[in-house]
Amino acid sequence: MARAALMDFDKALELFEPVIGLEVHVELNTMTKMFSSAPNPANSAFHVAEPNTLITPVCLGLPGSLPVVNGEAVRSSISLGLALGCEIAPSSRFARKNYFYPDLAKNYQISQYDEPIAFDGEVEVELENGRVFQVPIERAHMEEDAGKLTHVGGSTGRIQGAEYSLVDYNRAGVPLVEIVTRPIFGAEADAPALARAYVSTIRDIAISLGISEARMERGNLRCDANVSLRPRGQEKLGTRTETKNVNSFRSIERAVRYEIQRQAAILADGGSITQETRHWHEDTGTTSAGRPKSDADDYRYFPEPDLLPVVPSPELIEELRAALPEPPAARRRRLKGEWGFTDLDFQGVVNSDLLVEVTQTVAAGATPAAARKWWTGELARIANAQNVDAASLATPEHVAELAQLVDSGTLTDRLARQVLEGVIAGEGSPQQVVDARGLAVVSDDGALIAAIDEALASQPDVLAKIRDGKVQAAGAVIGAVMKAMQGKADAARVRELVLERATTD
Amino acid sequence: MSEIIRLTAAELGAKIAAGEVSSVEATRAHLDRIASVDGAVHAFLHVNDEGALAAAADVDRRRAAGEAFGPLAGVPIAIKDVLVTEGMPSTAGSRILEGWIPPYDATPVRLVREAGMIPLGKTNMDEFAMGSSTEHSAYGPTHNPWDLDRIPGGSGGGSAASVAAFEAPLALGSDTGGSIRQPAHVTGTVGVKPTYGAVSRYGSIALASSLDQIGPVTRTVLDAALLQDVIAGHDPHDSTSIPEAWPSMADAVRRADVAGVRIGVVKQLDSGGVQAGVRSRFHESLALLERNGAEIVEIDAPNFEYAIAAYYLILPAEASSNLAKFDSVRFGLRVTPEGGGTVEQVMAASREAGFGPEVKRRIILGTYALSAGYYDAYYGSAQKVRTLVQRDFENAFAKVDVLATPTAPTTAFKLGEKLDDPLAMYLNDVATIPANLAGVPGISLPAGLAPEDGLPVGIQFLAPARQDARLYNVGAALERLLEAEWGGPLLNRAPDLSSHEMAAAEEGVI
Repeated sequence: MARAALMDFDKALELFEPVIGLEVHVELNTMTKMFSSAPNPANSAFHVAEPNTLITPVCLGLPGSLPVVNGEAVRSSISLGLALGCEIAPSSRFARKNYFYPDLAKNYQISQYDEPIAFDGEVEVELENGRVFQVPIERAHMEEDAGKLTHVGGSTGRIQGAEYSLVDYNRAGVPLVEIVTRPIFGAEADAPALARAYVSTIRDIAISLGISEARMERGNLRCDANVSLRPRGQEKLGTRTETKNVNSFRSIERAVRYEIQRQAAILADGGSITQETRHWHEDTGTTSAGRPKSDADDYRYFPEPDLLPVVPSPELIEELRAALPEPPAARRRRLKGEWGFTDLDFQGVVNSDLLVEVTQTVAAGATPAAARKWWTGELARIANAQNVDAASLATPEHVAELAQLVDSGTLTDRLARQVLEGVIAGEGSPQQVVDARGLAVVSDDGALIAAIDEALASQPDVLAKIRDGKVQAAGAVIGAVMKAMQGKADAARVRELVLERATTD
Repeated sequence: MSEIIRLTAAELGAKIAAGEVSSVEATRAHLDRIASVDGAVHAFLHVNDEGALAAAADVDRRRAAGEAFGPLAGVPIAIKDVLVTEGMPSTAGSRILEGWIPPYDATPVRLVREAGMIPLGKTNMDEFAMGSSTEHSAYGPTHNPWDLDRIPGGSGGGSAASVAAFEAPLALGSDTGGSIRQPAHVTGTVGVKPTYGAVSRYGSIALASSLDQIGPVTRTVLDAALLQDVIAGHDPHDSTSIPEAWPSMADAVRRADVAGVRIGVVKQLDSGGVQAGVRSRFHESLALLERNGAEIVEIDAPNFEYAIAAYYLILPAEASSNLAKFDSVRFGLRVTPEGGGTVEQVMAASREAGFGPEVKRRIILGTYALSAGYYDAYYGSAQKVRTLVQRDFENAFAKVDVLATPTAPTTAFKLGEKLDDPLAMYLNDVATIPANLAGVPGISLPAGLAPEDGLPVGIQFLAPARQDARLYNVGAALERLLEAEWGGPLLNRAPDLSSHEMAAAEEGVI
């Protein structure tokens, strides 16, 4: 694939105004699926499952099967709609979106079309640089996820050229809320950062509501980014592209930036933009053309005759409104105070999109300082090196456990970093890694004393110096002991014991 | 012919309860009857011999152990192949589902099993319930027991014929535009389409979700009532099933009395378009009811004439979507084009080979009706007509308790007669379709034989939604009055199929 020509970003902004629109799919973490009693793999309890084990006749679209709406998913959707500042429809309807694809068991998706459950909202989004945007929400509607295809054979991993494809219907019917923004104007050079911050805010909201695991690397939160450019001074919107497969915060920002630069180069060259979906490639940092998409795509929507309209009572809506958690901006102010962070420290957490992780790590028992240190330090460094989101590397529970192992003296910082490597490599919880790799600090004085006595015996000159009061000479012995203990000793304790052994007979 | 198979379901249930006949004996008698006449009738696509006898033995054993059962326990029943049955093939009359064994029971099937009834097998039908003659079955037509050269009605011709031929005391059917009532009309049997939502659709292979309803196919009104009492009720697996509890329909039959009942005759459905003998039997029935205290009122339902047009947009639209799942990926027939093919090509080849011409015709119609740019003109307009038809019913039921119509315009026509004329075939359902569009219940019961051809004629009653009991009241009253005039059930005058048993045996089964 020929690499597309890109225009310098600043130059592109000089010539064109970027307009973005974002579609975010949030997988709800209800116990069961949107329309069946099958366990929901978007709930952590069922995340790990053999293919095609979380299914009922409904998930497979077997003849005769019928959907039934999951009431809990409706409640979650209403809560999400309210948190997005939306109106909740007194009556909304499901519709069938008809198209043939092997991951879609019924060859239609049950979605909402002209009557979404929530509409006309607004979300406050704050950027790293302090700019605050009100992002207009057009609608949030309920639908079901499709199954998952694995294409075997062929070089691309895509359906073209594959020898055969495997279908896993575990994901078929997972409850989704699709949140669609109106076109967002005025972000200018901040458009890529706004896209990223918007999705991060949606994630904050979903997590604070407790309605989704909201882990991007698991596909709990997925973003399609629409980008168009219009020449400065032009009223009419330009042709847009829709970039899919953007599965991390970093890539959202990069993908929007890339599309701005790519489209600018084409337009400046007198070309025109094809309305199409584009696939984001994490490895190359580029997008490639998917299928052409036009407004004339005909999904033959019609009201789903197997389901009744969703008519939430005003009491239910008010009950859910009263139970809404504080908005993300207010929560940030509160957390900063509770944790006693400086402006700089707190902004560091926010800017790394790690507020949720730090909050959850504190909730799991770590001190705020330790939680911040691990996430914005070691984990952020590794994430950066691997080009992934830090959140995908470890769970808050594991980080809290690690911090507690350090606090209790079981691990030194140095050992803890090795343990973290093991956790990231999937070797289990920190305690399991400690046990498996034998990384705990040796706190048995007997073992330390044996090593010290041996070191002192092999370095009689050092022993003499210590006895002469030249305490700093002990360093050489301490080094030898730490080496003998393979680093699994507390250096301060070793020092104490060396001085003690050197001055006794 | 064994005496057991001549019994109504209620009588047979009573004899089984009294210990005079065992369920195994009853089941075997019907299996024997199927073995001897179904070669000629072809009501069944699958006969569940071993399963039925095992289920019957189980019920006999449990009854001997003191378990309490309802009035139909131990009674065999035929099941329309549109309902999925665990462990039994379920094809909906289509090649595309040949050999598929569902892993679950439809709710009505589960309910009849739980009531101790014995599924005898699966009955023939027009493919995916599209038709009025069973000639669109991929497995060959069913023959009308009154005249084997004639159609048994459709789509549920198999269920109606099985009951009319005494192969089963009663059966389950499905009615989307008349598929229970029109076969009842042409076979001299009783068929009820309950209120939409009365019986769960879970496990009924969907034709048109907003029109489909499962109901009883029987020889008497009481049997239909007893079966509706078994299968009606809320099902959490079907969002469109009605949550409220139902009164006993059997009680309505036992209290049957038409004195003071206002019966409306729909002007638009009592016209010259109806065969003379069908119309005369209809008016004789009305006169009989009037003599026994009913009040007959003419009713204007101006929008009924548009019902058939609206129906043939709504039904294909929903069907085109409902039938999309038959793509060979997860179940059913798979046809791979020569030299392999992409998944799209395999889907297309499977659907091309698996669906019959009537199914393809309706999928194309429905796909077109739902297309962008045509939706408002077709599907949207049809939904408006539907609302108008509902309004006609509301206006009518403000004046009368039930409506009456001839069930269908003609008696059974010859096999092949209308096969190449879809519009003529569609017009069979002109009187039955309005009930499906409005979701109201309807019953068809025998009104006699048409003088000109000696074939059965049915009369249809319709009631407001949830007032199914009114149908059983009027239907049972008329049945009693007519049988008193006839000196017994109409089916006593049906030909004795034993000559065909002989013929079938000699020819080595048709």
